Amino acid sequence: MNKEIFTKPLFKGNPISVLVLGICSALAVTVQLEGALVMALSVTFVTAFSSLIISLMRNTIPNRIRIIVQLVVVAMFVILIDQVLKAFAYQVSKQLSVYIGLIITNCIIMGRIEAFALGNKPFASFVDGIANGLGYGIILVIVAFFRELFGSGTILGYQIIPQNWYIANGGFYENNGLMILPPMALILLGCVIWVQRAIQKDLQEK
Amino acid sequence: MNTNSNTYTVIYSVLLTLVVAAVLAFVSSSLRGRQNENIATEKKQSILKSAALGLEKPESESLNSYIDKLYKEYIVDEFVLNTKGEKLDNENVDLKAQYDIMRQITSAKDQTKAEALKEKLRLPVFVCSKEGKTLNIFPCYGAGLWGPIWGYIAVEDDFNTIYGVAFDHKGETPGLGAEIAADKFTAQFKGKKLYDADGNFVSVAIVKGGGQQDNPNGVDAVSGGTITSSALQKTIASWFAQYSAYFEVARAAKVEVPAAVEGEELETIASSEE
Repeated sequence: MNKEIFTKPLFKGNPISVLVLGICSALAVTVQLEGALVMALSVTFVTAFSSLIISLMRNTIPNRIRIIVQLVVVAMFVILIDQVLKAFAYQVSKQLSVYIGLIITNCIIMGRIEAFALGNKPFASFVDGIANGLGYGIILVIVAFFRELFGSGTILGYQIIPQNWYIANGGFYENNGLMILPPMALILLGCVIWVQRAIQKDLQEK
Repeated sequence: MNTNSNTYTVIYSVLLTLVVAAVLAFVSSSLRGRQNENIATEKKQSILKSAALGLEKPESESLNSYIDKLYKEYIVDEFVLNTKGEKLDNENVDLKAQYDIMRQITSAKDQTKAEALKEKLRLPVFVCSKEGKTLNIFPCYGAGLWGPIWGYIAVEDDFNTIYGVAFDHKGETPGLGAEIAADKFTAQFKGKKLYDADGNFVSVAIVKGGGQQDNPNGVDAVSGGTITSSALQKTIASWFAQYSAYFEVARAAKVEVPAAVEGEELETIASSEE
């Protein structure tokens, strides 16, 4: 199997920063690192297993209802995740609220199924799904790291910026409220894409 | 095989739907117990939080068992009232359903209809016994900016002083409206009064500059969260208004006990008027 299948989506063909898919959820769930991590894991799980299942079924799917069949399979995994989170990680599920359900609409999943799983063997599709989920997760974690650090002064809920730095405690520092709002996620995402294009010259337009 | 024929397509979609439905139904029914437990725990946790309990969970214990234990230890009584302040049989009350009835009451066209709706209201009260104090904990539920907001308010046994509050919300803006759930905001409520100096019920005002030292009836609103703040103020006031009959009775009982002589005097005045 081609090693590229796994490595390409992580950086060179990253679904968010290169293909610019799945932006909406990247903006919504990156206020805190914990939510971003759970979201990344959930999307990885859904892309991996729906790619696997669709790839197993690829020769039997009637072409005319192809998209509907894909949606049904994806939706099934999303509901599974939602139910499991509600039972075993209730706080996280409350925090992510509707965004778990909205994984269904994440373009990465349908995109990879259409572009890859329908034409490739199950194992390769599974790996492709994992890699794309992780590629998505990396960007989410980068954005969430900066948003949580500068927006709330914490990382994974632990205070990083010393308490005595804050103006309230006689210091000079204050959390940046803009970091908590969605527009800042878009700006940070722009910065990530900027960095990537600076490194990867072939992405630059002439 | 021709995978594009109509028969094949129909059979394929029916089978796929059946399989997926079966899987989901199985998962949903096998996890329902745990999910309901989590929801119940969350409610108990908010009730305890309003009485400043259950804030330090030991690492070794699961949240559910920790909260359950505290709830059994501190919440000594729970009962349900109607709007006349009479105790009814205890039942599990859905706060959202009560909120819907309250909205219907406000929009009711005539008095009789409003009265009939009022009959249907079920108002829960939780009694907490902490460090020798008796706290009455009252719920509230209403509409915020983006979705429902709700909370529990613990009132000391003078039925006036707020001991503590716990608010939660479904989807208020993080950093702005969502701050109503933060400790920084809720801590302001401690010691605030529901009645003004003349004994009139005024609830708690959540406004800009409301949290000044000499104002016992107000707290500071969340900056940038004006709509959520005023929605919360309205929610609290409308729920306490429904409890007013119970408050009147409870407050009157408090006043009478230490001043039995005054009570006699009142009686003589009343009889002389006859």
